[in-house]
Amino acid sequence: MNNSIIWMIIGMGLATYIPRLLPFVLFKGKELPPFWQGVLKNIPFATLGALIFPAVLFIQDNVLYGLLGAASAFLLSYLGLNVIISVLGSIVVLTVYSSFV
Amino acid sequence: MADLVFDRGTSSFRRGLQEGTSIAIGYFPIAITFGLIAKSTGLTLTETVLMSLIVFAGASQYMALNLLTLGTGIYEIILTTFIVNIRHFLMSASLNEIAEDDHLLKKAGYAFGITDETFSVASMNNKEVTTGYMYGVNGISYASWVVSSGLGFIFGAALPQVLQESMSIALYAMFIGLLVPSLKGNAKVVMLSLTAACLNSAFTLSHVLSTGWSIVASTLLAAISIEAASVLKKRGGAQGE
Repeated sequence: MNNSIIWMIIGMGLATYIPRLLPFVLFKGKELPPFWQGVLKNIPFATLGALIFPAVLFIQDNVLYGLLGAASAFLLSYLGLNVIISVLGSIVVLTVYSSFV
Repeated sequence: MADLVFDRGTSSFRRGLQEGTSIAIGYFPIAITFGLIAKSTGLTLTETVLMSLIVFAGASQYMALNLLTLGTGIYEIILTTFIVNIRHFLMSASLNEIAEDDHLLKKAGYAFGITDETFSVASMNNKEVTTGYMYGVNGISYASWVVSSGLGFIFGAALPQVLQESMSIALYAMFIGLLVPSLKGNAKVVMLSLTAACLNSAFTLSHVLSTGWSIVASTLLAAISIEAASVLKKRGGAQGE
């Protein structure tokens, strides 16, 4: 096993864990001002928007592929179906699509 | 009484496992591909699995392989990992607001498992975020990530190309499936996700910011500006009465 790779992995682990851990230590038992509490409650919805776009368009060379998958997931979950069904449904749609195109 | 508390712990752990299942499915193709690329980059099976065990962050693990191929030094790789993953600071801060109060060590344990996906599932779940729940969601996701990385290294080339490709939609479909129910009838949520999506597209497509910083900047800008707008609107409404 290559030693420098192991050190790299440990360094990467720390560089990833510290940002994940720090807020729990820094904000433990502290009440933030209401405005910032509001901002933190907004973060999940904003994060989801940013995680989906534009990345979903580039999962394949063909932009339509990602768009079709996203549209299927949107439709399935808009109809009130469970998240897992939306995930499996959009995989099926794309498998069928690429078998025909 | 102790039994009661214990029951509550196990049932929320089980609920976490259930809600984490879509993450486990979504991680499968990504980790398989990671294992496959790690092998072709020249990593050993142990190193590949160790990276998934210790780092547990998809984007930066891919990036590390890419930089290794380019001959980049390990300090640069570690620094880039930090930049790519700094967004988790925001997610942990947001989760800390809603999570059940518990001993710091227990929180430090599940903090390790906070990814884009586990964070999204936990914050969109409509019951309370207990410690047991977090261990459930993170545990099943972590197991899938680590095991699939190893499987990818060993068997990766055997997965049909068509299926591997179509499974790449899985995590995005999950993000969409988590977001859509909250979008319905909530203008603020629509504005938040749309604004962040537009900002992130603008920042990354114009190459103004790298993906890591762009997600941080667009999320913060959207969350702060829309919070400010809604506070001002409330104040305006109160004055008008």
